[in-house]
Amino acid sequence: MSAFNVVFVRDLRVAFRRWSELGYPLIFFIIVATMFPLALSPTTSQLREVGTGVLWVAAFLSSLLAVDGLFRSDADDGSLEQLLLSPVPMTLTVLAKLAAHALVTLLPLVVLVPVTALSYNMPLSALPTLALALLLAAPTLSVLVGVGAALTLSLRRGGSIVGLLVLPLTGPLLIFGTRATDLGLNGESTAAPLLLLAALAVLAVSLGPLAIAAAVKVGLE
Amino acid sequence: MKLPRWFHLLGSPPHVYRLAERLSPWLGGLGCALLAVGTVWGLGIAPTDYQQGESYRIIYIHPQTAYVGMMAYVVMAVAAAVGYVWRVKLAHAAAVSAAPIGAWFTFCALCTGALWGRPTWGTYWQWGDPRIMFEALLLFLFLGYLALRGAFDDRDKADRVTAILAVVGVVNIPIIHYSVEWWNSLHQTSTILREGGPAMTTDMLIPFLIMVAGFTLTFYWLLLRRLQAEILEREGSARWIRELVAEGAR
Amino acid sequence: MSEYFQMGGHGAYVWSAYGITLAVLIINVWLVRVKRRSALLRAQELATQAEVPRKQPTVRRLQ
Repeated sequence: MSAFNVVFVRDLRVAFRRWSELGYPLIFFIIVATMFPLALSPTTSQLREVGTGVLWVAAFLSSLLAVDGLFRSDADDGSLEQLLLSPVPMTLTVLAKLAAHALVTLLPLVVLVPVTALSYNMPLSALPTLALALLLAAPTLSVLVGVGAALTLSLRRGGSIVGLLVLPLTGPLLIFGTRATDLGLNGESTAAPLLLLAALAVLAVSLGPLAIAAAVKVGLE
Repeated sequence: MKLPRWFHLLGSPPHVYRLAERLSPWLGGLGCALLAVGTVWGLGIAPTDYQQGESYRIIYIHPQTAYVGMMAYVVMAVAAAVGYVWRVKLAHAAAVSAAPIGAWFTFCALCTGALWGRPTWGTYWQWGDPRIMFEALLLFLFLGYLALRGAFDDRDKADRVTAILAVVGVVNIPIIHYSVEWWNSLHQTSTILREGGPAMTTDMLIPFLIMVAGFTLTFYWLLLRRLQAEILEREGSARWIRELVAEGAR
Repeated sequence: MSEYFQMGGHGAYVWSAYGITLAVLIINVWLVRVKRRSALLRAQELATQAEVPRKQPTVRRLQ
């Protein structure tokens, strides 16, 4: 088995050991998605208008919840240092960890968000675009959450500051994602923003692990 | 390749401190003078704009503060990268010094932009406008940098972790610049840096450029002064500082 | 003269914008000055502290 697979499977196994915690980001998403209509008391059409933005922002916020599972728990029990010292390049380890995180936290969102979109009066026809956009955004989001997690690794109370660091960086992702969703809602061509999301994903996955590995190394000193 | 002596001296805190001491008065004096001249020229002498009326006069402060804010981030990111790769403490000190100044200038750009937007576009703020959004993002990046730095007790660790953040965020700068070309925006596309030369008449262009120079020099003056304070804090009880203090006491 | 300050109705915007900019510059100068002053004070403290132990004989500790 390649080193990537070893770390990937291990992280999945660790995540499923605490399988109840897997649900927290998803429940958080549903709670946030419920709060907005509660607060806005919108009409049917208003709900559909705000739906795109609300759902995307709620999804991003939810992905922040799993940030501790990425590096901090491994750093606490010393296994992260072991991974750092092993002959496997850290960037590969990071990639595997991000992949596991994306699979466990973000992939369920790719399913949950479109389903919730129905409650926001979005037509069934708009859902595939929404799901595809989220799928394409997931790698970038995973990398950005990874950056936040790695930068705050050695901080005792890093959790509160992660959002401050990660959310501004998700700006372009949010813009392209909501644009794709809105175009899909109106039945227009969504090729452009989807391609941009894909381009961002390629950029993030190729450069992100370098920054993350560097931050982890500094954090563990 | 043998690097010139002055290059190596840039890594020496006492040398840079003394250099800053000599340069600062000139930068500050010239910068403030240019700002004064430019302000009087822009507010009083330059002619009224045909389309926008008098509110256009914000053109002499808004693009300049935005530009300096972006330049501050680039200075911060480059200095942080240099400090990270070559382990030059002085570079980290420069990055830390640039951050708060850049944040203030970016805040100023957002405020002056809003005040310009109201009479011109009818709105103080446009949530969908890409350039406004990414400029706000720049402010958040500065604040995130400062927040992250403040969260660490160990200064060396803070230096290197925030260096990574600074470099990751630098991608925002070209995004701000090109956002007006990539998206439909309330902002217009480049007026000054374009093929065929600036699209501004000379009697407006000159005070515009004077203010650019004024704000830039003022930024570097503030940067050097902050850097001096940062050096003193970092070098603590070094001999050259004790001698400096003794000199100053006399 | 007051017509000039009105700026064709846009006076509030223009003067506020210039005012905020001036305020930001002044704040920055002041902040820098505060930082420099405290750094210099700290450096002075450290300098006087460094001189005091010299008057006492050095104690060598075996480690």
